[in-house]
This record gives sequence, C-alpha cells and structure tokens, in this order.
Amino acid sequence: MELTLAIAIGVLTGSGVWLILRPRTYQLVIGLSLLSYAVNLFIFAMGRLRVGAAPVLADGVTNPADYADPVPQALVLTAIVIGFATTALLLVVLLVSRGLTGSDHVDGRESR
Amino acid sequence: MDWTRHLLIVPILLPLVTGAALLLIDETRHTLKAFINLASTVLLLVAGLVLMHMAASVPDGGGALALSYAIGDWPARFTIVLVLDRLASLMLVLVAVLALASLIFSLARWHRAGPHFHSIFQFLLMGLGGAFLTGDLFNLFVFFEITLAASYGLLLHGGGAFRVRSGLHYISINLAASLLFLIGVSLIYGVTGSLNMADLAVRLPVVREHDRMLLQAGAAILGVAFLVKAGMWPLGFWLAPAYMAAAAPVGAVFVVLTKVGVYILLRLTLLLFGSPAGELTGFGGVALLWGGIATLIFATSGVLASQAMGRLAGYAVLISSGTLLAAVGLGDASVVSGALFYLVSSTLSTAALFMLIELVERAREPGADLLAVTIEAYGGEEGEEEEEREDEAVGVVMPGALAVLGIAFGCVALLLAGLPPLSGFVAKFAILTGMLNPGGLGQPGEIPAPVWVLVALVILSGFAILVAMMRTGMRTFWAPVQPVLPRVLVVEVAPILALIGLCLVLTAAAGTVVSYTDATARALHDPATYIGGVLGGGETSGGVR
Repeated sequence: MELTLAIAIGVLTGSGVWLILRPRTYQLVIGLSLLSYAVNLFIFAMGRLRVGAAPVLADGVTNPADYADPVPQALVLTAIVIGFATTALLLVVLLVSRGLTGSDHVDGRESR
Repeated sequence: MDWTRHLLIVPILLPLVTGAALLLIDETRHTLKAFINLASTVLLLVAGLVLMHMAASVPDGGGALALSYAIGDWPARFTIVLVLDRLASLMLVLVAVLALASLIFSLARWHRAGPHFHSIFQFLLMGLGGAFLTGDLFNLFVFFEITLAASYGLLLHGGGAFRVRSGLHYISINLAASLLFLIGVSLIYGVTGSLNMADLAVRLPVVREHDRMLLQAGAAILGVAFLVKAGMWPLGFWLAPAYMAAAAPVGAVFVVLTKVGVYILLRLTLLLFGSPAGELTGFGGVALLWGGIATLIFATSGVLASQAMGRLAGYAVLISSGTLLAAVGLGDASVVSGALFYLVSSTLSTAALFMLIELVERAREPGADLLAVTIEAYGGEEGEEEEEREDEAVGVVMPGALAVLGIAFGCVALLLAGLPPLSGFVAKFAILTGMLNPGGLGQPGEIPAPVWVLVALVILSGFAILVAMMRTGMRTFWAPVQPVLPRVLVVEVAPILALIGLCLVLTAAAGTVVSYTDATARALHDPATYIGGVLGGGETSGGVR
C-alpha cells in the first residue's frame, strides 16, 4: 500500500510540475490541480497509513494505537477547501485574461 | 481586567465582521462603505495600540509572555492558540497604520474603480492580523491563504490587461508556494506530531536522529514558501511587475505582505532553531544570509536599471527584503533589533513612495486614462452623476502641489537611501552597529567575511537608491520646461505626509523605539519565554512519535 501511494503521489507531482511549466493557461490550471491532489495525499500519508482504523477516539480509556490520526484528515479537508477556492479564483482570472488578450498564453501573447 | 484578554481576537474578528457586513451594502453607496471601512480600520489601529501597550508593559525577561489566548479554552497543546508578544503587536500596529494611510489615499478615487474594494481590504487585514497572532503552523497557513486570496482581489482592482497579466503570474506563483507550505507543514507534523509552534520548539531538540533529515527537509520546504513571499532571489522575480501593476493604495498595502514572510521566518528560525535546539541550532541561517545578500545584489542592480518609477519602488521593496533576510540569517540579537527598526522605517517609507508615484506620474501625463476607462466600466449606471462629482473633486488644485510633492519625494529618497537626518539612517546605523560589533558594543570580536560583504552591500544599495531616486526626481521635477501642474487632492497628499511624519517621529523618538525593538529581539532570543507562556508551567515533556 505504501508503494502504491508513493507512486501515485510521485506521478501526480511529476505531471503537475511538468504542466505548470507549460505556456498555456489551461495546462497551468490542470497542473496546479494535480499538484494539489498530490499534496493532499501527501498530508494524508503523513498521518501514517492505517487500514480499517477509525479516526475518532471513543469514550473511556482507549489505546491510541487502535485509531488513525485524525489531525491530518482535518488538515486535508481544510487544504481541499482552500485549494478549491483559490483554483476557482485563478480560473476566473484566466478567463478574464483570455477575454482581454485573445490568447491563452500565460504572458498574454505568443512568444516568437 | 479579564475582558482585556478577549482584545486579542479583535484584530481578526473586527475585519472579518466588517468585511462581511460591507458585502451586504449595495455597491453604489460608496460613501457609506468608505465610512464603515475607515471606522473599522481606526478601531483596528486603536486595538493594535492597546495590545502593543499590553505587550510592552510585560517586564523584560520576566519569564512571562504578554498574552496567549486559547480559542474555546481547550487545554494547551490541543487548542488553537493566539499569541501576543512584542513582535506581533509591533507588526499589528504597523499594518493598521499602513492600512489607514492607504485607505484614506484610496478615498480620493481608487475605491470606486472596482467592486468590493472595501470588503477585500478588510479581509486582507483579517488575514494579516491572524498571521501575526496565530500560534500554530496550520492556522498560519489558513490566515496566509486568506491574506493571499484578498491580495489577489486587490491586485486586480481597477482592471486592465496589464493588471490581469501580472495578476495571473502572481496568483500562479503563490498557489505553487502554498502547496510547498502544505508539504512543509505536513512533513513537520509527520515527524513531531504537533503543529503548535511552542510545542514544536519543545519537541525539536529530542527528535530522533534518523528523523532529523526529514524534519530539516520539511523546515526547508516551509522556508521556501515564505521566501517566495518575501521575494528572496531567485524566488522574487514575480514581485516587481506585480507591485508595479497594482493600484497605488494597493501597492502601499502590499509593501507589508513581503514583511509577513520575513516576520514568520524571524519568528520560526529563532523559536525553533534558536539556542536550545541542540543539533538543529542555527539551521537555515547561512542560507538566509547568502540568500539575502543575493537579493540585495539583484535588487540593487534592479533599482539602477529601472526606468519606470513603479518598477523602482518594486525593487526598493526587494532591497528592504534582502537586508531583512540577511539580518535574520545572522540572527544576532542586536542585528535583529536594528532590523526591526529598519522594517518599520522602510515599510512606511516604501508605502509612501508607492502613493507618491501615482501623484508624481500625474504630473507627467495629465490624463489618467486607465483610471477613466475602469471607472467607466464599473460605474456605468451612475455615469453622469459620477462625472460631475469627479470634476468637482479634482478641480481643486492645491497651490504649490508640485513643491509639496517634490519635498515629499526628497524625504522618501533620504529615508530609503538611509541618509541622515531621517529614520532610514538610524535604522541602517543600528543594523550596521550590530553587525560590526558581534561581541557587543566595545567588545572585541571576529567579524566573519560574509558580514563584511553584507555591510558593503547595505551601504551600496542605499547609494543605488539615492542615484536612482535623484535621477527620477530630476527628470520629473526639474527637467520639464513647462511642468504640468498635477491635480492633487488634500486626502491624497495627507497620508503621504503623515507616513513621512511618522518616520520623523521615529527619528526623534529613536531611543524609545530602539529600546522597544531591543526588548523584542531579546525576547525572540529567549524561546523559553514564548514556550512557557503558551504551554504554561514550562513543562518540557518531549513526546516524540
């Protein structure tokens, strides 16, 4: 499972980095989205991978080792919301830029 | 006495509530919105001053932190905590002063150039207040994102192709930097199991050896995210175009955004990697020092090469960042104290420069064409009434406007270049004194080679600014045979003069200010105070996962 997750994060990050280095605004948005997925998975992995463990402690004396770490899960939720909002904002700016310059190049004009 | 504790959350709640309330008021009621915004900013300044007084009245080295505020009153380590100390309250007051000045400046015309200016402005203040007060890394991320989201909106304020293009670059860079921030935070959490800064400072020295590399990687990645914000070379190429594109009052507020990066680096390096951090002591200091030096070199050449005044101001921001980063990298208490003084002085004067540039450029080109276009685009429904008011307002020509602008320009040049008699000189003098007396004043001490390089660069960068500003000033004020008399309103000149006046006060009261920054620097170099204040009882259990 660790290997699968590591490969998934690696592939997402690699594709994302390649895409944000491309000159088209659409590639930029997709690249940033892929990167944010990779980062979200990474945060999740930092709480240690557990299978079949609940994230919330029950009442009474319990062994914390039986449970998954709830903090990274809360962090991921926040990160997803914030990433979603800022990406939406970027999309609006992209559309405005496309409308103003008539080009989807990140510099607003084709490089020669 | 207990209610004063709740004052700590005011810098976050007040702008939040004001910003949200302003959303509900119709866009056409400019005056009402401006009034509410102004009132809220003034209240914020008052709250900041009260908090500063509280922070300053704590006895120096008394072992107690000014105030920590546990939201929801959960026990320390589990709660979201707000922390007030001298540094945080200094930054709060600085932001409030700057916000007030640029808000008053924007009332002349800019605040009508696009929708929701006042709400976004307040949200920016909320994000900044939160970032200064928060005591844990993840909330730092949240407030950072609030600040950034608001700054995206403000940068685009006024519209136009140039703003949108540099806005696009600015947003993309900052989104990428935020992802680095998250990676860094989660790595640190993965190793230590805590995000509370005070708790982290306790746990770091006892991190197991095979985890240390991971922790250093996390801290370094986190640092890169802040360095992008502070504009360190080679991460700061986005800064000059973005700041140049921003509307004048927005550019003035943005000056403090780079200082947020510096603030956090200062706090985290001294808290987490200060003297008790064992093997990790001084981590990142060398990188910051050389990074700051590289930024200084880059920004100095940038200032000399700039033709447009907006770009010059952008590079002046970078010079200030470079000096501060190098000072943080040195980490010496007396250097940090001087750097804090420099931070205040340079922020105020660069902000004044941003506002001044707009007025001076009006003397060069009589038609503020871009502004006219954007006001037309957004204020369509009330076109005619708007025109009339505009004529009435702009029609009042200040006598001797050009003379006032010229004097203000000269003062800003002196402030930025660090020449006597203004506070820029005192600030640079304090930094250089700290650098050249590593063992304390009058004590013998070896001065390492990088410090000599830094000393030379700090002086040289001031000289470069002087050359560039004088060149621009001569071209603007003296060269034209028939100078165009700029139409300048009193509300536009007043905040600039007020900022310069504040720098004068800083000069006159330099003794008081330096003793405050000295106390701040000493407190920063004594992380035990911070840790004890947040966690209470000075417990030092190091539960490491």
